[in-house]
Amino acid sequence: MMKPLIAGLGLATLLPALALADCAKVSQGDLSVSAAWSRATIGTARPAVFYVTIQNTGSTDDRLTGIETPVAGMPMLHETVMTEGVASMPHAAAIDIPAGETISLAPGGFHGMLMDLEAELKEGESFPMTLQFEKAGKVSIDTEILPIRAREAACGVAP
Amino acid sequence: MLKTIRIALWIAVAVSLVVVGVLFWRADRQEQAVAFRPEFSLPDEAGTIRTSEEFRGKHVLVFFGFTNCPDICPTTMSEVAQVMDDLGPEAEDVQPVFISVDPVRDRESGLDEYLAAFHPAILGLAGDEAQTRAAVESFKVFADPEKAASAPGGYTMSHSSSLYLIGPQGDWLRQFEYGTSADDITADLKERL
Repeated sequence: MMKPLIAGLGLATLLPALALADCAKVSQGDLSVSAAWSRATIGTARPAVFYVTIQNTGSTDDRLTGIETPVAGMPMLHETVMTEGVASMPHAAAIDIPAGETISLAPGGFHGMLMDLEAELKEGESFPMTLQFEKAGKVSIDTEILPIRAREAACGVAP
Repeated sequence: MLKTIRIALWIAVAVSLVVVGVLFWRADRQEQAVAFRPEFSLPDEAGTIRTSEEFRGKHVLVFFGFTNCPDICPTTMSEVAQVMDDLGPEAEDVQPVFISVDPVRDRESGLDEYLAAFHPAILGLAGDEAQTRAAVESFKVFADPEKAASAPGGYTMSHSSSLYLIGPQGDWLRQFEYGTSADDITADLKERL
């Protein structure tokens, strides 16, 4: 009676830990970059997306000025802006990462738009993404390719 | 004499107030009586014209978008797919419809294959310019090619990003603004089905 219960409890604590372990986190200076994900694509005709969480634990502001990846010829930073229910997607020259704050590139807000895909993004695979920061320099992170229907990072946002 | 005039004037004021009140009330009633029935008549990928009348008896969830959009459109389609899954057998009474505001590119890149990746129930429609404009105007939404060299094909599309719910008699019921969770949409639909 007790054994399955203990095993169950063990599993219950282990599973989220395992899931979180999938969430790669890369730290450099005051910045830590985590929960990088994208959605699978059908072919290469349509642009893919890039979402990520950036935490600035330092006391100086930084800025994300660009992204680079071997999977796309033209990756750009965009922001989805809602004005009275109408969405537009202007190019974002840079994204502020203020001191002590956590900024997420997430559905409905800032996002990377990966144009000119070199290959179809296949669910379950991953690709490298290099983020260029004004002060912290370049940070590279492995980006998980989630199903096309994914609504959020599979691993949750790392603390 | 003066007193009589004063009383008469006060009566006139009271009467006019009542008349104005009644007029307002009637205007309001008339507005409610004439239901807003947005229409569409657009070809599916096979070229068959699909119209809003075809779905009488069902609740129709309409979304305007384009598949070259990496953020909002996939996010909204994911929510719709989740709603259709969560409705279970009641999903039969709901028809999600995606109307392309970038029909030329969307037809070229394969609308059905793309939408089926989210949920097989989503019907994709992409017409010519006139048909698209007619649907956009009928729904009183906004869609405008926005010139931006940074997007593939040289432009992005500013568009209304809500989901519109049309009732079984074809009348406009409500909109779900972008960001409404699948759970909230499912709960609202379950109350109506």
